[in-house]
Amino acid sequence: MATVVLKLGDDVSTDIIYPGRFMATVLPSETPQHAFADHAEFNRRLRAGEIPAGSVIVAGANFGCGSSREQAASCLKGHGLIVVARNFARIFLQNAVNLGLQVVVCPTAEAEEGDELDITPEAVVHRGTGRLFPVTPLPAAQQAIIDAGGLIAYARAKLLERHAVGGDAANR
Amino acid sequence: MGFTLVEKILARACGREQVQAGEVVEPAVDMAMSHENAALVINQFREIFAGTGLEPRVWDSGRIAIVFDHRVPAESSKTATNQKKVREFIAAQGIAKFHDIRGDHGGICHQVLPENGYVRPAWVVVGTDSHTTSHGALGAFSFGIGATEMAAVWALGRVLNVTVPGTLKVTIDGSLPPYVAPKDVILYLIGLISAQGANFKVLEFHGEAIRRMSTSGRLTLCNMAVEAGATAGIVPPDEETLRYLREEAGVVEVPPDTLLAPDPDAAYDRELFIDASHLEPQVACPHTVDNVKPVGEVAGVKVQQVVIGSCTNGRLDDLEVAARILRGGKVAAGTRMLVFPASYRVYMAALERGYVADLLRAGAVVMNPGCGPCLGVHQGALGDGEVALATTNRNFKGRMGNPQSEVYLCSPAVAAASALAGEITDPREVS
Repeated sequence: MATVVLKLGDDVSTDIIYPGRFMATVLPSETPQHAFADHAEFNRRLRAGEIPAGSVIVAGANFGCGSSREQAASCLKGHGLIVVARNFARIFLQNAVNLGLQVVVCPTAEAEEGDELDITPEAVVHRGTGRLFPVTPLPAAQQAIIDAGGLIAYARAKLLERHAVGGDAANR
Repeated sequence: MGFTLVEKILARACGREQVQAGEVVEPAVDMAMSHENAALVINQFREIFAGTGLEPRVWDSGRIAIVFDHRVPAESSKTATNQKKVREFIAAQGIAKFHDIRGDHGGICHQVLPENGYVRPAWVVVGTDSHTTSHGALGAFSFGIGATEMAAVWALGRVLNVTVPGTLKVTIDGSLPPYVAPKDVILYLIGLISAQGANFKVLEFHGEAIRRMSTSGRLTLCNMAVEAGATAGIVPPDEETLRYLREEAGVVEVPPDTLLAPDPDAAYDRELFIDASHLEPQVACPHTVDNVKPVGEVAGVKVQQVVIGSCTNGRLDDLEVAARILRGGKVAAGTRMLVFPASYRVYMAALERGYVADLLRAGAVVMNPGCGPCLGVHQGALGDGEVALATTNRNFKGRMGNPQSEVYLCSPAVAAASALAGEITDPREVS
């Protein structure tokens, strides 16, 4: 069970999720303090620890559009948030997959702040209304990275594989 | 059925006969670019090697370019320390394509790369910056990635798990009327298809107006392809591409087999046609880039800050238009005008041609090349309730450092004419 703690519309940009003026902060241990910095009240609740891990942001289409800044994914992951959106912008989605931020593509989800949801790989279920919203699975290429435990682990395995077989030529 | 330009480039990068949209591939990378966020890439790069017993070495130091541009000169001790760490890594790894904060070869990454010949037709180029789409102007498949993805590229020389994107074919025929610029073309297109209209797709540009367009204008188009959600923008290489490479980038040899063209029967997801001859100057209104209107509909909006520059519109032809409109005039009282050239090479040429003097005499401030006010980090922030008109690429809420302000986007001609009037103005009425 997960509670919706923030409801947003379409085209939420990375400047909203993680404003550019904090880009000099890069460490995943430090980026969470600036998550949604310009949504002052939500940012305060996050920093005060009032929002438990596993809480949900529900958004419309094109969540994470704009900059490639990875802080936009790492700051949400640091708070253990889950993002349910109609769909995601490309670079943000890939960053989320690479870092292990849980993102759920759910084209029809309807929920308000305070609502409670059950999220499974197949569907988002609204506890209050009982309505079920199907989840669009991530492409296999991205699921493979999630299954490996993130891109660092996935790339490390590739690196070791390459050294075991003796260089790049073997991969071509 | 034939192939799109990006399908052909990816087939080449994978050493295969052909690849098709929807397939997952691991293309070899020809150029990997980062800016200050290399500081984060370095952390992740070391993580990949952790526990492997292997020494962390980049796969090919000659195929990595690092350009400091986002916060130059450093605005804080934190940034300065990040930059120091990146310099140390660069020295240790022997990365020669490094453009530090210097008046002889610095600038914004998306200008420094093309003008130094670091981008070629048919190359796969990745950058830890969403506007890496710019380099499609030279016929490369060029796209933005995150820092961890770049760390994997530094380690392996390939982008992992790339889904071959589908392509939208955009044909722009006719010729651009006076005071209508490539910026107006791309703003119009984004308004037409929306900020998500090309999500996960490539915008492939064709047509008479593109063939006549300089590489500078093509860089503007491809730069903003990402504002329609596109993975990349791309212009098939032609005579103008070769001219630019030879005359402006010092590249004399371009292998003929890299001058790829899409097949006439390539499978496109969608085809769009725009007649450039009927276009008017366009303005993207707050707070989304697809909120685009003809300039006449927003004329009269008071502006406190006009910004000309950035990777989108900070090249010599952009400064020339601005200087021509401002020459002999004055920036309106109550309006600040900030100009930041895209690179020091551009800055030097603008000095030599007198554009910088024209701009200063009119009351503009000419700043050092860099990302400057565009992303609101350390120069040109806006006050509460203020309005900016900028030739940059994003007008998201808070983009120029203050969520209580508004940003409109336009071409250099609209920006310069509006600076004189202190309000959004159609340049066709001033000249």
